[in-house]
Amino acid sequence: MLMRHGRSLEAAEAAVPETRTFTGNRGLEIEEGLIFEIGRPENTGVDLDEPAPFEHRLGSLERQEPSGLPGLSEPETMRHYVRLSRMNYAIDAGIYPLGSCTMKHNPRLNEAMARLSGFADIHPLQPQASVQGALELIAELARWLMVLTGMDAVAMSPRAGAHGEACGMMAIKAAIAAKGEERTRKIVLVPESAHGTNPASAAGAGFEVRPVPARADGTLDPAAVQERLGPDVAAIMLTNPNTCGLFEKDIVEIAALIHEAGAYFYCDGANFNAIMGKTRPGDLGVDAMHINLHKTFSTPHGGGGPGAGPVVLSPRLAAYAPVPFLCREEGGLRLVEQQSEAPGAFGRIAAFHGQMGMFVRAYAYMLSHGADGLRQAAEDAVLNANYVRAGLRDLMSEPFGDRPCMHEVLFDGAWLKPTGLTALDFAKAMIDEGFHPMTIYFPLVAHGAMLIEPTESESKASLDLFIAALRHLAFAARRGETERFAGAPYQAPRERLDETRAARNPILKWTKPGHLKAAHEGRPRAATPFTIT
Amino acid sequence: MRYLPLNSEDRADMLARVGVANIDALFADIPKAKRLEHDLDLPPRKTEIEVERLLSGLAAKNVPAGAVPFFVGAGAYKHHVPASVDHLIQRSEFLTSYTPYQPEIAQGTLQTIFEFQTQVAGLTAMDVANASMYDGSTATVEAVAMAHRITKRRKAIVSGGLHPHYAEAVRTYAAMAGDDALVLAPDVFAAETLGALVDEETSCIVVQSPDFFGNLRDLSDIAAICKAKGALLVAVFTEAVSLGLVQPPGAMGADIVAGEGQSIGNRLNFGGPYVGLFAAKAKYLRQMPGRLCGETVDASGRRGFVLTLSTREQHIRRDKATSNICTNSGLASLAFTIHLTLLGDAGLRRLARINHANAVDLADRLAAIAGVKVLNKTFFNEFTLKIAGDAAQAVERMADLGVLGGVPVSRLLPDKGLDDLILAASTEVNTEADRAAFVEALQGVLSC
Repeated sequence: MLMRHGRSLEAAEAAVPETRTFTGNRGLEIEEGLIFEIGRPENTGVDLDEPAPFEHRLGSLERQEPSGLPGLSEPETMRHYVRLSRMNYAIDAGIYPLGSCTMKHNPRLNEAMARLSGFADIHPLQPQASVQGALELIAELARWLMVLTGMDAVAMSPRAGAHGEACGMMAIKAAIAAKGEERTRKIVLVPESAHGTNPASAAGAGFEVRPVPARADGTLDPAAVQERLGPDVAAIMLTNPNTCGLFEKDIVEIAALIHEAGAYFYCDGANFNAIMGKTRPGDLGVDAMHINLHKTFSTPHGGGGPGAGPVVLSPRLAAYAPVPFLCREEGGLRLVEQQSEAPGAFGRIAAFHGQMGMFVRAYAYMLSHGADGLRQAAEDAVLNANYVRAGLRDLMSEPFGDRPCMHEVLFDGAWLKPTGLTALDFAKAMIDEGFHPMTIYFPLVAHGAMLIEPTESESKASLDLFIAALRHLAFAARRGETERFAGAPYQAPRERLDETRAARNPILKWTKPGHLKAAHEGRPRAATPFTIT
Repeated sequence: MRYLPLNSEDRADMLARVGVANIDALFADIPKAKRLEHDLDLPPRKTEIEVERLLSGLAAKNVPAGAVPFFVGAGAYKHHVPASVDHLIQRSEFLTSYTPYQPEIAQGTLQTIFEFQTQVAGLTAMDVANASMYDGSTATVEAVAMAHRITKRRKAIVSGGLHPHYAEAVRTYAAMAGDDALVLAPDVFAAETLGALVDEETSCIVVQSPDFFGNLRDLSDIAAICKAKGALLVAVFTEAVSLGLVQPPGAMGADIVAGEGQSIGNRLNFGGPYVGLFAAKAKYLRQMPGRLCGETVDASGRRGFVLTLSTREQHIRRDKATSNICTNSGLASLAFTIHLTLLGDAGLRRLARINHANAVDLADRLAAIAGVKVLNKTFFNEFTLKIAGDAAQAVERMADLGVLGGVPVSRLLPDKGLDDLILAASTEVNTEADRAAFVEALQGVLSC
């Protein structure tokens, strides 16, 4: 078996391939310093004419100390950020199977549409008559979201999934308060498999979080829910399909129990990609659900954001939606921006009206697919995940038994245990094979979890290679080729990074050499690739 | 469907490999009665040409900033963004990557976050900055929550000069969490005496500068009072370019800074996505919300960057986390960083001077109109006009004349007796002809 470089596998294991060059560069992989090391405060890449002399109106508040921030010319700026970009993995470069993240293809048509001046250069507070096209787009996107989910209303202002969770929980709190139960209903039930944002959002809205255990099959038992329900329970937050990649098959019964107990059903919609066009959360008894436009509806993740998290609401909660929202009047669409106009609204969760740039992209995605295409996308996402599962299940272990999954497949660390390797080791070895690893150590209910979500964007050939490579690694692990894993990655722009050191001695910004004390107590800085000794 | 690589042959092969007869077998856990048997009442797929046509049509119904003399601000500002910024953020490796959870193959994103944190800290003159929040308003909400945690007190005093949407968000979150948020009456002239309100229960004072009405505020005295009373000063700004010319919050004693970074690198986008800037004194580091990127080394001793101190965050600490934020403003913060790299200190200062000069010129011209007063003693690139008439109507009628002449204060603060006030902003994109058109339009509106 030969590796990429024509070396035998054995040789690669024997010695860490470390090719030092004078520059630290390795062919196309070019080391790049920080702007603070290569730029200077007096340099600039922007031509601006100095204004004619004038009398300032700053009073006594003119800036005294300059920021000291470095500038670079345009060519230097281009080179700096292009070089940095090449140290990143990306969906455009390969499969990005992060479970629970839905890293699907980001169509470039969407980017082009979001950059139309009529969307990108309009101000949230210009006269509403001058932005009717934007309001129409928001109204149409809202309609698609409501039809797809079978819900009655949608709050468009949340900036991301977690912000949507907060919004939904606040609507629930307002509904409870309207019934005079805010003093008694303080508890929110959250399964242990939930995203960390769920308990954090519930706590932020002033609730107390209580866990609900899952059954041995990875789904929630209505009896376990019933046991915890009472007059003190405000809501349950449930992800469906859940974070183990399983559809909560008793969801209708669970929803009925929740409603009977006078509580509300918040659904984390992070995994809506699996079921759009196949079933509607509104029909399942959901009262509120956020939709991550940056997952299901393809707006790019951008290295961490921005996202958008509109929240669809059932008739039980619609009246409590925050401002702003749209209403259709004789002259066209109008934004209701003031709480005084909407007595039920629980308030406002952010400035302005929402992530318009993301709305345009998501709407372009929906139009491109149509109702039939969205259902097909969900089916392909689920088929792809099951295909990966079929290709790996004989080698890896499944925490909840041998059963089909939805859009993502969960393996646990049991199969790795005899090898002495961890999920992290396995993930890092995948990097050397040219893959972004799956999500590891989440959900917490599976020990050593490996959660794979291929999405509908992968071709069969892509999945075949992915499966073959993972099988190859699994066999290598079983054969005891630990070195290949324990030191991985060897082929990435960096070898394994010391996260403990980063946390123990936080260096969170660049400081001038010689001015290090404040930032990290005078310890020596790490050698930069350019240090020539 | 052009985005779906599988064809029907692939699907059949794969179903066989999975061992099921048809796709619906994989959806068997959905209760039968709840499965959708037909397509929903939504249109079928459209070609790329059709989508372009439809969306271009909607876009054409809006009046963008570049098309008319444009002076709308109040928390979002039309600035010029160099073409290279948008090109760079559309690099696949930045645009289509996830949060950098695997640092060995995400050094590009991580190093740019490290640069962003350093730039934000330098701009605000604070010790540490995080990897971004959603926007200025949500950053402000987080700053208040952070102050509560640090002081173990639960009352925030919110200046009447804070952007009304920000104040409403603070009030909403406070009401939900059972905290107090005392939002003061609109403070057009920056005349409120905040220091007198600080007591032993006060966790923080929240002040904006330049404030909503455009006034610059010296925060030093308030900072001293906060310090004496064990409260924190949360300083807010909505116009990041101002920091090129105006005393930064860190130099005036701010403990926590929350700001809107849209002005640098980002377009108006009808209100989002924007980028929240968040900075604090080093001693409060462990109470900060959001992601932090830190420097470290790899196994061979080379410098590298990772996300760090994540035990503060929701994916580890769950209901005890410092915030529920996960997705932040990644790409918008990258645009901020690239634009600020192009500017550098010299470019930023000059950009700020141009903004200020244009606003001073506009203010002087408008003040010369009969029935118009500029209320500000100090301002950066935005100020408050008092007109003889209804501001909302005047702004609408100027729009009919082809000038987007600011924001009527009553749009954000209705029923407060402020119906004759307009906020007007002038940035580097405005020409002298634009300003002359504004003056002419306002004159015309007021004289008829």
